[in-house]
Amino acid sequence: MIKFYSGNIACAEGAIAAGCRFFAGYPITPSTEIAEHMALRLPQVGGIFIQMEDELASMAAILGASWGGMKAMTATSGPGLSLMQENIGLGAMTETPCVVVDVQRAGPSTGMPTLIGQADVMQARWGSHGDYEIIALSPSSPQECFDLTIKSFNLAEEYRVPVILLMDESVSHMSEKVIIPPKEKIKIVERKKPKVKPSEYLPFKADDYVPPMACAGEGYAVHVTGLTHDEKGYPQATSPEVQEKLVRRLCDKIRKNERKLRDIEEFEMEDAKLAIVSFGTTARSCKAAVKRARKRGYKVGLIRLRTIWPFADEYFEKIANEIKQFVVVEVNYGQIKLEVERCVGKKVHLLPKMGGEIHKPEEIYKKIKEVYNGN
Amino acid sequence: MKYWVKEELKPPHGKVYIIKDRCKGCGFCIDFCPQQVLQESEEFNAKGYHPPKLVENEKKCIGCGFCSLVCPEFAIYIEKEEEKND
Amino acid sequence: MEIEAETHPLDKYLRTDRIPHIWCPGCGLGTVLNCFLHALEESDIDLKNLAIVSGIGCTGRVAGYLNVDSYHTTHGRAIPFATGLKLANPKLKVVVFSGDGDLFAIGGNHFIHAARRNIDMTVICVNNYNYGMTGGQLGPTTPLEAKTTTSPYGNVEHPFNLCHVAAASGAVYVARWTALHVRRLKESMKEALNKKGFTFIEVIASCPTTYGRRNKMPTGLDTMRYYKEKSVIKHGIDPSEADIEIGGDIIVGKFVDIEKPTFDEILKKLEEKIK
Repeated sequence: MIKFYSGNIACAEGAIAAGCRFFAGYPITPSTEIAEHMALRLPQVGGIFIQMEDELASMAAILGASWGGMKAMTATSGPGLSLMQENIGLGAMTETPCVVVDVQRAGPSTGMPTLIGQADVMQARWGSHGDYEIIALSPSSPQECFDLTIKSFNLAEEYRVPVILLMDESVSHMSEKVIIPPKEKIKIVERKKPKVKPSEYLPFKADDYVPPMACAGEGYAVHVTGLTHDEKGYPQATSPEVQEKLVRRLCDKIRKNERKLRDIEEFEMEDAKLAIVSFGTTARSCKAAVKRARKRGYKVGLIRLRTIWPFADEYFEKIANEIKQFVVVEVNYGQIKLEVERCVGKKVHLLPKMGGEIHKPEEIYKKIKEVYNGN
Repeated sequence: MKYWVKEELKPPHGKVYIIKDRCKGCGFCIDFCPQQVLQESEEFNAKGYHPPKLVENEKKCIGCGFCSLVCPEFAIYIEKEEEKND
Repeated sequence: MEIEAETHPLDKYLRTDRIPHIWCPGCGLGTVLNCFLHALEESDIDLKNLAIVSGIGCTGRVAGYLNVDSYHTTHGRAIPFATGLKLANPKLKVVVFSGDGDLFAIGGNHFIHAARRNIDMTVICVNNYNYGMTGGQLGPTTPLEAKTTTSPYGNVEHPFNLCHVAAASGAVYVARWTALHVRRLKESMKEALNKKGFTFIEVIASCPTTYGRRNKMPTGLDTMRYYKEKSVIKHGIDPSEADIEIGGDIIVGKFVDIEKPTFDEILKKLEEKIK
């Protein structure tokens, strides 16, 4: 089926295709169409839409719904994501599958509500307090808004972690062709369920980092707490040993699976001497600039991050020697740049924008020339 | 005419169970027992509190269960004794 | 002679491996929980479908002691978490057990909106007039002039009348008891558990360690005796007339018991209509 969707609508449709049957949200530009579309669609498929009183409540409600056995999502923008952070931490700590869509606008604070920003990258990673890891994906087109929303749900279920879909204002309001595959062609992942009797079940004991999840009403009488807890789920708030074991596992279940979670599009990278690193809508301008530069003989390629977190450390470490120069293009003042620099161990060039518009291909082409020619 | 039948009405009776080591000595059960059948014991429990014990005339407990409800520690309960009306 | 026992008949409702609980001697929380266990014992609630949600604070620890699906969430967010839980699995009987600060200060917005929506849940608020867990700071229910660590010269804020807030927000069942009214509290809990819609019970309870000591009631017993002296039962009274003041009567009773369609009932009807 071929549809003409905006990124926001494609995201909502992707959620429904992924099996999302619970949406709690609060209106905020530029994400509101997602909530509106969910309000329209969920009652048609037996799902529940609820507009909460704020983002704190929206985030808490999707955690509750997930423990109630449903796949749940919320959608917001930067200021709302800030309000959700405490409960994103609860989601990470209690290993609650859920999807949080952040349609990024320009910040800080209220900033430019109707215009693009890509500056929530770091907020997405460690916006909540304490040590934890989440997964964040970033789409560059309405098609990817659809596909990556499904992927977000699948990863949330597989890893029992909140997954943040880092969209941006431009991709959210851009309308393009979106191919909706037939239902049977869409891969859907469901959370692992316990196979043992309730008396033998340890709700936070994991053999492969991710414990099986018993939801409310399934007879397992599980205690779930945001306090540091042992494998039984009981608070152990004064035990550094339990804390060590728990936090290590929460982080390692993502870190140790980085290679599996890695999702990078390489464009013209075979013989590239200079690599542009970008994500989201910005990567589209980068692609145009790379094409132009290639025509003029520059050995330039594009590395587009579809998975932002966990960061592809190993990938960048490996290519650090082959690639002479890296240029990060992003609509912020250098967030992914810090990550690339950390991994490649040399100076990385930055072509930032503070928000409100995306880079024009000419600007990027100019930067390529400058860096390539050593000016 | 039941009311005029001369029959001694037997008040119900309760057996008091105490889980001594759970007690934190708040005194609620002793103070608010409608029959005043409980008192603080001299003995210490594992936590160092004085759990309640029955006063001498233990038959006074009517098994109302107030102590069982008011205890914050789930440390006391009663069992109603079956009335034997012969 | 009293009989020494090792276990309690209501232990089946508790995670006994976590007993004794953390609450201080003379704290009313254990009493409220005990009444709740009795209410469960006397109702037909299927434990498999009972879920307890708590926020943070002393009362927030209730969730961890009950041997059912139980969720100890973030500060103030028990109600929206419970909203998601209930709507995702309508079979559940969802009970939110939390304190006055959690439900009415940091979580106040969620309380009024869940009541407005008439989400089918029972909210039990243990009101001890202060933040106990953090050492006795003033809260949204601290009476005017009461001393706390953050009102050392006496509280200058007017407190919330929780039952008035609940009734005004649309709760279908509103009752207030003290921790001394154990039988009536238990009966109220049974009523609330068996009623559809947003049901609310406020339980005024002692906090000797951090509140009582600063307000001339150094033990739980002092506070309970005060309740005995000052409580007046007035069923059906307009809750706006049941403000709480230091030294004044504590008006308790069942104030509201009305019928109103719940959020999920209305949603279900809508779904059938659009099918």
